[in-house]
Amino acid sequence: MEAWLLEYLPILIFLGIAIVISAICVGASWIVARQKPDTEKATAYECGFDAFGDARSKFEVRFYLVAILFIIFDLEVAFLFPWAVTLGKIGMFGFWSMMVFLGVLTIGFIYEWRKGALEWE
Amino acid sequence: MFTALIFYMFAAIAVASGVMVISSRNPVHSVLWLILAFFNAAGLFLLLGAEFLAMVLVVVYVGAVAVLFLFVVMMLDINMVEMKEGFLQYLPTGALIGVVLLVELLAMFGGWAFAPDVEAMVKAPTPTLEQASNTVALGKLIYTNYVYLFQASGLVLLVAMIGTILLTHRKRTGVRKQVIADQVGRSRDSVELKKVQSGRGI
Repeated sequence: MEAWLLEYLPILIFLGIAIVISAICVGASWIVARQKPDTEKATAYECGFDAFGDARSKFEVRFYLVAILFIIFDLEVAFLFPWAVTLGKIGMFGFWSMMVFLGVLTIGFIYEWRKGALEWE
Repeated sequence: MFTALIFYMFAAIAVASGVMVISSRNPVHSVLWLILAFFNAAGLFLLLGAEFLAMVLVVVYVGAVAVLFLFVVMMLDINMVEMKEGFLQYLPTGALIGVVLLVELLAMFGGWAFAPDVEAMVKAPTPTLEQASNTVALGKLIYTNYVYLFQASGLVLLVAMIGTILLTHRKRTGVRKQVIADQVGRSRDSVELKKVQSGRGI
């Protein structure tokens, strides 16, 4: 195995440990605990009365707006990583190309700020 | 040997969770399976040596796109029984898309098989990990050689931003908001000190 791949081995080991521990947590309570389900135990508990309806209901669309704005700036940050690493090699042109990119996104940021899309009300 | 074992583990889990995405009854469970598939795809990228791509896959797809999918699924108020009804109806379309993707993959790998020397002729060959790490190799290309595509991606993000705001944002009327500027800019006159005698009100 290549040396650089070995650096990721601890992550794999942690992953394995996490899977084993979570399997034990769920499996042990499944095996050890007494299982006597009846309808009252198995239904959702809602402060004593019967459930009104499904938990699935329409969410406000503003949550979606926040999520997609988050994704856009997430991608912007993803572009910043290789740029920051190679800043010494790509010269002034590379620097200014990123500045233009950030400028374009800053226009969008100013737009959403002025529109009030970031405010919750 | 060990690497091959890990590859088969990731690949098997990715395929299995992909099957679960389309076959599980609850759409929220589908999205959770999709997240598992993303993680395994990241593991496969890592085995290929594409470290940056693997990390970006986790950050962007698991961290953001999956959350977005969850929002969409939760917002749509999907009736699960109705969802299942049209399953066979969409099968031909899905199969067609699958076949097209398969043919594209075959064309690409077939090209490699027919002309093995084509890899040496690419304009910007991928440096091996000993020469430069993944992130550095990408950074050398994106911001200089592929500057137009880079700026175009910035414009796509801008369009996405403005589009979402136009589509989903609306001004509410009759909402009392906190205006911080008004609070800070309040003059001293609005507060009045009064002497209160003991045992009496004002």
